[in-house]
Amino acid sequence: MKENIVIIGGGIAGMEAAKQLLCLGYNPIIVEQNDHLGGHVSQWHQLFPDMTPAQDLVRRLGEEISEANIFLETTVSYVNKLKDGYNVMLNNGVNIVCRALLIASGFKLFDATKKEEYGYGVYDRVITNSDLEAWFNGKQDPRIPDKPARVGFVHCVGSRDLKAGNSQCSKVCCVTAIKQAIEVKEKFPDAEIYCFYMDLRLFGKKYEDFYINAQRDFGVHFIRGRVSEVGEAIDGRLQVKAEDTLAGKPLKVTLDMLVLMSGMVCNPQATEIARMIHLDMDDDGFLRSRDNVYSIIESNRPGVFYAGACTGTKTVPETVAEARAAALGIDAYLKSL
Amino acid sequence: MMDFGFSLSKSSTLNLDTADLSLYKKLCELSPDARTCMACGSCSATCTAGPFSGMSVRKVILDLQRGRDVKAMVQGCMLCGKCIMVCPRGINTRNLILNLCKIYDR
Repeated sequence: MKENIVIIGGGIAGMEAAKQLLCLGYNPIIVEQNDHLGGHVSQWHQLFPDMTPAQDLVRRLGEEISEANIFLETTVSYVNKLKDGYNVMLNNGVNIVCRALLIASGFKLFDATKKEEYGYGVYDRVITNSDLEAWFNGKQDPRIPDKPARVGFVHCVGSRDLKAGNSQCSKVCCVTAIKQAIEVKEKFPDAEIYCFYMDLRLFGKKYEDFYINAQRDFGVHFIRGRVSEVGEAIDGRLQVKAEDTLAGKPLKVTLDMLVLMSGMVCNPQATEIARMIHLDMDDDGFLRSRDNVYSIIESNRPGVFYAGACTGTKTVPETVAEARAAALGIDAYLKSL
Repeated sequence: MMDFGFSLSKSSTLNLDTADLSLYKKLCELSPDARTCMACGSCSATCTAGPFSGMSVRKVILDLQRGRDVKAMVQGCMLCGKCIMVCPRGINTRNLILNLCKIYDR
């Protein structure tokens, strides 16, 4: 009989790990709280840097794990440590005993209402990066005007923000803002697009090309300075204030729509599980890996492995690579017992 | 008017709603690479004239993007072209200044 491995979280990390564990001859069991697999990626429209349709990735992974056991709309009620493994109790009454457990619970989008000065949930024309992707995917959104003349993007919303409790950089927002700025400009060619950034962190392959394209081919305006406050004019448009730190002068502009690049925070479900089996938490609120250089996928507990954004902010390719590494790590661990 | 012994200063706020970008747009037609400036400042750091005349290619581009006049700054350029050698984005900065002069001369 094939050995059970419980994977908590059915996003791309959990799906990719399940695929690899199937190849290695195990019986992966995915526990997913939503009614579908794919996590945040399943709600996204296109992925940088190749503008890959996000649905294609989720569909492909879904086909490859058709033999895995998948519990949708299910959460973990309790995990307890046994002598040589873990007992995972699900909220549907199922009990699974396993020697290895993979946490792939991912991230939660930072709640943009916490940054009150940006007016998310207060003003009608302030949306988040995730709202915009949903709109790209065809969801109606009354907050998005028919013909915006000026659209702004605010980088680092809830990231690099000690006051919001998140000192870390969310890594993907700089390039996502530029990607979305280009997509908005393609939909509304007459619109002026403004990106308000502190510094642009375009570390990945082809990210800098995105930046040059946005400047050269789409005329996106980059303003170095964090938006300090947003107000609503009587006609519903937004008055945005920032410091133009390159000019050393305050700057103001009236916009028809403002997109907040909400960052990543740890999924509270991961925190809950960490509490049950005494996993170390890092001071950034994410799960603490055994070390951050060589053992990112390993926890401080034997048999508990990590993949993806539960240990920190990650891009899609990083998440997929970690999921593969975690599957191999689990295989090596079980063979060493 | 009564003299209170002080006066109001003009606001230094850059207002993008009223900024006139026609000069910048004209320049982009002649020098499209102006758009790719990322304000690194290497052009200004290498400028021979800058420390004496106030010329700065970085500031010229930024000021144009904010709708400000740059005529005085451009006049401080000696057209030596050192800035072309250091620009990481390969902007033909000397040509950009010449194009600006042409626009001003029209």
